[in-house]
Amino acid sequence: MKAHLTRRYRFSASHRLHNEAMSAEENAAVYGKCNNPYGHGHNYIVEVTVSGQVDPRTGMICNLVNLDKFVKQEIVQRYDDGNLNTLEEFQKLVPTTENLCVEIFDRLQKGFHSAKVEKVRIEETMMNSFEYAGGRELVR
Amino acid sequence: MIYLTRRVEFSASHYYHSPEFSDEENRRIFGKCNNPHGHGHNYVLEVTVKGEIDSKSGFVMDLKQLKDIMNREVVEALDHRNLNKEVPEFAEQIPTSENIAIAIWNRLTPNLRLAQLHRVRLYETADLFVDFYGEA
Repeated sequence: MKAHLTRRYRFSASHRLHNEAMSAEENAAVYGKCNNPYGHGHNYIVEVTVSGQVDPRTGMICNLVNLDKFVKQEIVQRYDDGNLNTLEEFQKLVPTTENLCVEIFDRLQKGFHSAKVEKVRIEETMMNSFEYAGGRELVR
Repeated sequence: MIYLTRRVEFSASHYYHSPEFSDEENRRIFGKCNNPHGHGHNYVLEVTVKGEIDSKSGFVMDLKQLKDIMNREVVEALDHRNLNKEVPEFAEQIPTSENIAIAIWNRLTPNLRLAQLHRVRLYETADLFVDFYGEA
């Protein structure tokens, strides 16, 4: 039997949306308040969905301890209480939550092999969220 | 095709232990969940059914009927129970959220006629849930 498991994690980080390829006026027009040079921050919520066959011996898709360990070490510790703009992956990429979603999905897919990584969903605030399934259409 | 979701809550206790593993393996694999005295959750169950809108009633299915089926098949059987000891599915199987979601699917699906079961979503906590779509 194939099932999906979703786990929610939290981290807080600051960022500034600014693209060097655009003029100061364009940046201000595109990003508005998010272009403030001093930055601002969010309490991000990351939902990680994995899928797989339920192991008849353990009753689990994968051991939650392994998923928690991976996400805490590779994602939460990397982004929590930091400034996204200072990180390597955002030197040439604007740290929008769209880009953050893709980045986190790729990190999971590359390093977590105990189950299939289906989707990453990030709530930037209670009012907006982003989902990425490796470029696939969301069917569910 | 239209989808309807109904939510219900139940509280139950369980513990994870497989006779296939030694005591040490059980502790290593299941950690705190292996405590033989058990622990519990306020589970939140979301059942989604799908179907066409009936032209006379305007319903995909009668919500009252869905509520009754969920109460009879799930809440009465699982609420304020020890899943390992009181629910027949878990005499042999470990009552993980994955297995509980599958058991709920199997309890509901024979009772639905007009609408089809689409998804069983079971929240074990606000930060952890399992989805089952009836896939093999």
